[in-house]
Amino acid sequence: MIAEAGHYALVLALALALIQSTVPMIGARLRDPVLMNVARSTALAQLLFVGLSFGALVLLHVMSDFSVANVYENSHSLKPLIYKITGVWGNHEGSMLLWVSILALFGGLVAVFGNNLPLSLRANALGVQGWVSTAFYLFILLTSNPFLRLANPPLEGRDLNPVLQDPGLAIHPPMLYLGYVGFSISFSFAIAALIEGRIDAAWARWVRPWTLMAWMFLTLGIAMGSYWAYYELGWGGWWFWDPVENASLMPWLAGTALLHSAVVMEKRNALKVWTVLLAILTFSLSLLGTFLVRSGVLTSVHAFATDPTRGVFILLILCVFIGGSLSLYAWRASSLKQGGLFAPISREGALVLNNLLLTTACATVFIGTLYPLGLEVLTGERISVGAPFFNLTFAPLFLPLLLALPFGPLLAWKRGDLVGAAQRLYAAGIVALVSIAVLWAWARGGSAFAPLAIGLAVFVIVGAVTDIAERSMMFRVPLPIALRRARGLPRASWGTMFAHVGVGVALIGIVCETTWNTELISTLKPGDVARVAGYELKLDNVSQRQGPNFGEMLAHFTVSEGGNVIGTMTPSKRSFTTRAMSTTEAALMSRGVSQLYISLGDTAASGAIAVRIYHKPMVLLIWFGPLLMAFGGLLSLSDRRLRVGAPKPAKAARGLQPAE
Amino acid sequence: MTRKQRRLTMIGGSLLVLGIAIALVLNALRDSIVFFSTPQMVAEKHIPAGKRFRLGGLVEPGSLKRGDHMAVTFTIADGSNALEVAYKGILPDLFREGQGVVAEGALDGHGVFKADTVLAKHDETYMPKDVADALKKQGHWKDDYEKAGKKPDGGARPMQGASR
Repeated sequence: MIAEAGHYALVLALALALIQSTVPMIGARLRDPVLMNVARSTALAQLLFVGLSFGALVLLHVMSDFSVANVYENSHSLKPLIYKITGVWGNHEGSMLLWVSILALFGGLVAVFGNNLPLSLRANALGVQGWVSTAFYLFILLTSNPFLRLANPPLEGRDLNPVLQDPGLAIHPPMLYLGYVGFSISFSFAIAALIEGRIDAAWARWVRPWTLMAWMFLTLGIAMGSYWAYYELGWGGWWFWDPVENASLMPWLAGTALLHSAVVMEKRNALKVWTVLLAILTFSLSLLGTFLVRSGVLTSVHAFATDPTRGVFILLILCVFIGGSLSLYAWRASSLKQGGLFAPISREGALVLNNLLLTTACATVFIGTLYPLGLEVLTGERISVGAPFFNLTFAPLFLPLLLALPFGPLLAWKRGDLVGAAQRLYAAGIVALVSIAVLWAWARGGSAFAPLAIGLAVFVIVGAVTDIAERSMMFRVPLPIALRRARGLPRASWGTMFAHVGVGVALIGIVCETTWNTELISTLKPGDVARVAGYELKLDNVSQRQGPNFGEMLAHFTVSEGGNVIGTMTPSKRSFTTRAMSTTEAALMSRGVSQLYISLGDTAASGAIAVRIYHKPMVLLIWFGPLLMAFGGLLSLSDRRLRVGAPKPAKAARGLQPAE
Repeated sequence: MTRKQRRLTMIGGSLLVLGIAIALVLNALRDSIVFFSTPQMVAEKHIPAGKRFRLGGLVEPGSLKRGDHMAVTFTIADGSNALEVAYKGILPDLFREGQGVVAEGALDGHGVFKADTVLAKHDETYMPKDVADALKKQGHWKDDYEKAGKKPDGGARPMQGASR
């Protein structure tokens, strides 16, 4: 019953999406408020029915109803409750259902919080949302129905892939999807603006919070995925330039560019055409990411095998939406009015440079990800493009971006003073040079570039703080006044600072980890001691344990530094009987922001265990950086100007004016 | 500056960045891509020693030997040819004899493939796409792998690898 109810709710949601994609848009053409308001009710009703459908699938997984194929293939009655729930989206069908649920959630949010939007803009934007959801409901119902029943229900399920039985699965995919799918809002608004043929600063102000929200979730989702890979896969890597990782990085880069260009549009009414294009591209890259992950076209360490009908269907969705929106853009973009003028050296100019470098970096990731695919289709030759390619292309493009980053906020709008900005960055430059000198003197081994890169990161961090100090006139007026001024600054300025500091922090982590990381691979017998980076790790003993759906071998280590015991670490190996697979559970010990990392290999006949021990200096900063960025986003999101008052559209009476 | 000059500055700057990016990409594509081969392709193509490539196939049952200091050797076969692989370090959890594997490295002077990375397939029915396609082409395709297409498992990180 539950499965059928869930299926039926999804069909109803499709019907609602069809109404939402047509009626409000006709209403917007006819200027009929009743028809336009249909969008609001259908968006909310859609959320309700998709929610019911998703709830039904969760319930089936929790109840271990193995008569449903999806539950049978991905669940097991002994699996802990949390993995029964997270297992819902640990498979193709369920994760697509999560995708449309989040899409409906965002549609519902626009419906609820969009009361201050012009009626026709809301109707058109929700209409576009309706198209996207229609396409994906059809995809689920026609190719990936999660509610299919099995004719002969088995007694036990096949269990979830053990690698996925981890709390990471509870957070990573939903976060990532909140980001991916969140960009559909800016896409829908962009298309709506193109349909209406007018766009203004108020538009940017409506779109920015949604973009910001999606960007925050995507930032957190990518960071979470990276940390998950780091501790779960057992060889200490945190980014592999894997196509599936790139698929999430590309919308992030484009989304970051969009966030910045929307600022120019909001404040200066310039870069309109470009911002609309970025909004389209960002969501197109999200769709591309969905295609890459869901269709299994890529050779990938994430290798995702699926039958081709799905791939072709998503490819079709991809072509229709990307092709359609870009054609609409080509046709209508010229009708959007050009905005304000600015000199190349100005805040706008700096943000244009930011956009240029971010989109170019995004393009290199795009080429590196899709080139092997294209080559295989054209010549049949099979290649893999890995880290070396991206180090040679992506990194050089990010360097000027980081170098220019502190200058941007210090330049004035319209016409900036580069020399003045440079003078205000003296302090940051000096701090950066001092840290380079100190590191050069101290660092043993490693690349000569490492101190320079850390110096650059310090420059970014101090530069970001300089901006706040300048604005609050710190060191120029008495401290209490400066503090009061600092408190009075708009939260968006603080948000900018935190996000930019986050970039520097992450860079320090990346450079330290890759340069001074120590690795020891060895075989240890109980009683043996391994020495890594000044730490002594003694293997005390090995024990066995029975988990709910796995057997586990634990190795107990005592860690000491300079003769003092500082703690214990217990890496383990789990073997899952249902899938005849084993996973390595690494043990981590944080020392400040550095970490010790142990993962286990095979056990030899003699009883010795192969172990891999790493000391990873400053590694946690890699993920603190994105946390700071997301926190900065949150601060900006809570800024007064986005919360208070309905933004006023440009004066001309809406709708009476022909497209320009 | 006039509007025209400003626009030219912008366009010039953009073209400069794009040009640099294209140069970087072309340069990187020349140096840093890795080709995929099966043992049969290695036998036919005479790949020079020291040239990096990815070798894919099935781990021949009974060929896995463990030496001192975590050195391992095994044979990767594709039905018609086989190639000995030497690797030092911990093999991934999912590495097993008789199943699909991809190793990255280069041939040494004696025709042994020195691997520095080993990637193994991620569950009992699935095998790396490269390996599956290559075996299919050569007609060594086992039917039970066909079913592999029906077993997706989440968008996350199912495949395992080990590298040194």
